[in-house]
Parts: sequence; C-alpha cells; structure tokens
Amino acid sequence: MSKYVISSSPHLRDNVTTARIMQDVCIALLPAAAAGVLFFGYRSLVILALSIAAAVLSEHFYCKAAHQRSTIGDFSAVVTGMLLAMNLPSTVPYWMPVVGSIIAILLVKMIFGGIGQNFANPALAARAILSLSWASLMNTFATPAFGNLAGVDAVASATPIAAQNYTLAQLFLGNIPGTLGETCKLALLIGAAYLLWRRVISWHIPAAFIGTFAVCYLIGTGFDLGATLYQVLSGGLILGAFFMATDYSSSPATDKGKLVFGVGCGLLLFIFRFCKSTPAEWCSFAILLMNVVSPLIERVTGIKSFGEVKKNA
Amino acid sequence: MAITQTFGGGVHPREIGNGKSATRSKQIVNAAAPAQVTIAMAQHGGAPAACCVKAGQTVNMGQVIGEAQGFISAPVHASVSGKVVAVTTCTLPSGKTAAAVVIENDFEDRWDESVCPCENVDALTPADIASIAGKCGVVGLGGAAFPTAVKLNTSKLEKPLDTLVVNGSECEPYLTSDHRLMVECADKIIDGILLARKAIGASRAVVGIENNKPDAVEAMKAAAKDGVEIVALPAKYPQGFEKMLIYALTGRRVPNGALPSAAQCAVLNVATCAALSDAVRLGRPIIDRVVTVSGRVAEPCNLRVRIGTSMLDVIDQAGGLTDGVRKLIVGGPMMGNTVPTLNFPVTKNCGGFLALGEEAISSQESACIRCGRCLRACPMGLMPSKIDLLVRKGNYDGAIAAGALNCMECGSCTYSCPAKRELTQSCRVAKAIAKSKKS
Repeated sequence: MSKYVISSSPHLRDNVTTARIMQDVCIALLPAAAAGVLFFGYRSLVILALSIAAAVLSEHFYCKAAHQRSTIGDFSAVVTGMLLAMNLPSTVPYWMPVVGSIIAILLVKMIFGGIGQNFANPALAARAILSLSWASLMNTFATPAFGNLAGVDAVASATPIAAQNYTLAQLFLGNIPGTLGETCKLALLIGAAYLLWRRVISWHIPAAFIGTFAVCYLIGTGFDLGATLYQVLSGGLILGAFFMATDYSSSPATDKGKLVFGVGCGLLLFIFRFCKSTPAEWCSFAILLMNVVSPLIERVTGIKSFGEVKKNA
Repeated sequence: MAITQTFGGGVHPREIGNGKSATRSKQIVNAAAPAQVTIAMAQHGGAPAACCVKAGQTVNMGQVIGEAQGFISAPVHASVSGKVVAVTTCTLPSGKTAAAVVIENDFEDRWDESVCPCENVDALTPADIASIAGKCGVVGLGGAAFPTAVKLNTSKLEKPLDTLVVNGSECEPYLTSDHRLMVECADKIIDGILLARKAIGASRAVVGIENNKPDAVEAMKAAAKDGVEIVALPAKYPQGFEKMLIYALTGRRVPNGALPSAAQCAVLNVATCAALSDAVRLGRPIIDRVVTVSGRVAEPCNLRVRIGTSMLDVIDQAGGLTDGVRKLIVGGPMMGNTVPTLNFPVTKNCGGFLALGEEAISSQESACIRCGRCLRACPMGLMPSKIDLLVRKGNYDGAIAAGALNCMECGSCTYSCPAKRELTQSCRVAKAIAKSKKS
C-alpha cells in the first residue's frame, strides 16, 4: 500500500460547506430576530430558543433512532427552528414552538430523507399546520412597543393587512403587529442583502416573487402606488420571498425554474390577498403550494447545455 | 467576429499555499539528463506506437524508437543517446500499463542524422507541415496529447477551417510551464502559430491568455506578427478548455458531441506551437518538455525534462519532497491523476507535477442540499447534482439523457459542492458505462 492518497480529480475544493451556508442564513436572520425581541419583548427570545432547541433535538434523536450519523452539525435544524419562531406571534404559549419544530423536523424533513429531500419548507409547513390547528392562538398579535423587553400586552391586535391603517414608515421599521420575525423590513432586507452578497441565495426567486406581486397589485388597484407598497411591506412577503421561498430543497435549482417559481408565488399571493376572503396571512400558503409543484417546474423548464446549437447556426 | 472573452459557469479555484506564484517567475531550467530513461510507447491519443528497437542496440538522440500505428497515432523518439538496455513495460500515471523502451544514457547527446534543419521553410506546403509534425511526434502538450498532425490535416473536413485558436490560458492552478514558455520563448511560439495557421489554411490566428499573466500577454504581443492576435481573457477555470476557449475568442459554440472543426477552428496549445516550430525549422522531434514541479517540494521550479525521465530524478532536482505530502498529482490539481509512487516516467503530456498535503484531501461527503452551485459552476450547462443522483441509483440511461456525455470532466462542480460530493466522478462513471455499452 502506498502512503499516498489515490483519488479522482479535482483535488482542490472550495471552502464552502453545508454548515457554513446554514450559518450564513442564521446570521442573516439575526437582525430580524433581534428586532422581534426589541419590539415584542423577552417572549420572542424564549420562543426563538425553544424553537431552535426543539428542532435540533428532534433531528438528533431521529438520527439516533434511525441509526444514522447525527446531522445536526450542518446547522440546517437551527435555520428551521429560527424560521419557525419568526413565523409565530410573540403571544403563543411556549409549547407551540416546541410542537411546531417537532412537526417541521420529523414530519416534513426527516421522514422524507432529511436535508435536501423535504418537499416543502419545513418551517412553513409547520406554521401552516399550527395555523389550521390553533387558528385563534396563531392570530393573536401583540401591539409592539419598542424597547419594552419586559413584554407587551397580549391583546388581539389587527395586522396591517386587516387594518390598513399604518404608515409606510411603520411598516418598514416593523412597529406593527405581526409574527415576531416578519415585521421589521429594514432588518430583513439587511439580512437579505447579506445572503445575496454571500451568494447563498440568488436574486431570481425574491425578485420574481415580489415583482410579480407588486405588478399585479398595481394593475389590480388601478396603479395605486401607495396601496401596492403598503401590501409589499405588509405581512410575511419580505420574510417569505427572501428566506422561505429560497429554501434549496423545495424550490427549483435552475435559474429559469426559479423565475417561474417566483412568478407563481407572486401570482398566488396576489390572488389570495386581492380577493381577501379572510384577513389571514396567505404568504406561507402561496409558497407551500409552489413548493409542491417545484419538481414539476424544474423538469418542464429544464436547462440548456452549452453545445445545444443548430448546426451551422 | 464576436469575442465574448469568457463563458458561462466556471470557478475561481483558490490556490492553497503559493499556487502559481511559487513558480510563475521561475525561469525554465534544463534538468540534468538522467542516467536512464524509460520511454513509453503510448504517450499520445490514439494507437500506441510499435517499438522498433531491440535490447543492446545503440540509439541516437531523436532516433525513432517507436513507429506510429495508423492514422491517429504518433512516433516516439529517443530522448538521449545511448544503449537500449530493455524493451519492457511501464505503468503510466493514468494507471495503464504500456510498452516501454529503457535506454542507458551515454551522455554524448549525439543527434540522429535524421534530425536536420529545414533549408527552405517558406517553400513547405500545408501538407508538408502536417507531415513533419507527424514525423516528429508532435502531440498536444496541453494534456490530451492528441497527435498534432491529425489536427493539421484538413483534407477530410467538410468545412474548411478559418481560425486557429491557440491556448495560452493555462487555467489550472499551480501550473506555470506554459506561462514561462510564453515569457521566454514567445518568438518560437509565434513562429509555430504561423506554421500551424498555414497548415490548416486559416486566415485568422488568435491566442487566448488569462489576464493573470500580464508578462506573458506583453511578451506575446511584442512577438506577434503577421496578424496573430493576442487576447487577454478573464482568469477563470476552465478557460483553457477547447470549447470554452473557442467560444471566448470567436463567439462560436462547438455542438455537443462534435470536434472544434465543427466550429471551423483548430485548437493548439502554446507549448505545442513551440514544438511545431522546432520540428519544422530544426527537424527536432519531441524529446523533452517543460514541467512545473510545485507544491510541497523544497524548490518549486519549471524544468525542461527529457521524456522518459523518472519523476524520482525530477523531484531530486527540485530539492526533494517536503513534509506533509498526502497526494502526488500528475498534471494540475483540477484534472490531474494521483499516482502511488514517484517511480513513473515523464511523458509528453505531463505539464506539471504537484505534491500536495492536507489541502488536497476532501472531507467526508454529505447529502446534496440542492443549492445549485454545481449548476452555476458547470461550463457545459449540465445539472451535475441530477446526474450524480441518477448514477448513484444505477439509472445510467437517465444520467446519459441528462447530458452526462457532454461532461468535459473539468471538476468545477465537485470543486464548488458544499456537501463535498464527487459529482465529476459520477459523470465519469456514466460516460464509462455508455462507452462499454456501445462496444
């Protein structure tokens, strides 16, 4: 036996790893998570911690039970836990993030094969299940109070989509009722810019998603720019477009597929919001529906190889 | 004609350690001829040469010791003068075994009488140039070692060639042999380019050089004449691949499964052009080549090494291996082969030798996360992650339908994979299975 390693080329590897990508997503979510704590108090922090802990532990114990190498080192469970918490109102009872994370990790991610195999975004699917199961708890939003870490009253407060009486500045800074991670658009956009800069996500899905929604809403409202901006900055659209719809496993991998996927998300959200039968936030359902058709989109749109040219073109 | 200057996809391989900078300013040094050379009969694309000498026979430098067999083949010449001590076999870096001639060097460097300068180069016809290239065993020195005479012979082509594309990009990390050749022997390369352009009857000749070698671009521009264009290209791997280079310099795409001639181009490496000049003007066959020796060696260098020299002798001249060597790589780090030992002979297509350490060892692979980095990296517009999954499931037909046969094995996908999956290897498996099914 030679003491030298024999292997196939290439012999150099980029230093990017799955764990580093997931850590980048966590870093990108931090500003918005911090904003959630600042606006909605210490409960947000507890919910975040419980959600992350439950996600990581369920993945670890699943792997143990299945006699597999534990995959928690790749940080993807941390991302799922963080995303789920950010999709919950700060008023939910503390068992809710735990149940949600267990659903997300076990039911949506691990039993389908773990990372890369989940057919839908685990955090979103869990949120949908929680919303349908405990509708009133999931729709009780606190009135934000900046810097009041002791917590704010858990009075039912209408979200901007339902109330339509907030200023654009309030919507942008996050001084509005909503789930603990979706309200501060400034923090979300800082995180999104970080992800784009680190090339963790590409512009295709967010641009197509938000762009399609905005254009449809503009047309639908007879080119009312104010109303359209209000809608873009309301609810979970910014969080969803940059952090949820861009989930690798449940969105197409090709650029063309990503555009189609984003346009689909935007159209669905427009239909849901414009026809608003209920004041519920439909962004997660728009993304989840597109998650399901993502493999189909990828297959139909395909990819063009370098040498696919007509002879003598 | 559109010059796009680059192509879609590709990667910027990080050079761990000193990379190219370890040798880019090291002048080419003639390595001392070894006491013994082992010259393989198969060191070119196509049929191996047939040995035509016997043990005990005295041979001169440049004398034919293996004759070309068939149209796609090349003769092999003695790289030293001396006595044939054995006709045997040797193991090539690819792992294949080939017939080989072992010659004991008498250190007289006595040229064979067949090696004589051409008196009137201008009077040579295109066919003459191609035939000299064939006679002198000129093959692609960039790595593939395809017989140059076959490329220069345009008589069987449907469409005439109009462009000679010359590869001076040297996109593999660490390697600088072409770089140094362009800096030090620009005139000879330009001469070879003009001869090759004449041979293929093209009107245009264009050299693509990555812009991370400004001194090479400058030297080549200074030496360029008779309309030879020198173009600085963005430094990006795999810029030096035929199809990428043709696209960057002419805007034409070589169709899947076709040769460069389909885009009315012929592609030669700069080192091949220099060898062609030597062959035509001096009658000199290929008996040596420049090899970059780098990585964990005491003195990284560019050596002009006789064909058939053992890598053991070459490494000695680079001061020996240093600590922590884990992989021995023949060629560049992106496409080179690993070898188990230093005991193998230098062949015509050996442009580099690297001793790499822990930096060349990949961590354990994990599940594909569908991030799409391999898609963005693939210069051929394939979905390596999809091909990989199909191959692992044993669905080779599916992998071939997904375009596995178009893979050039550049390694960009594996390089960029965060899950450290062997994507390129899966494409190789699919290609090998397709080949075995065909035959």
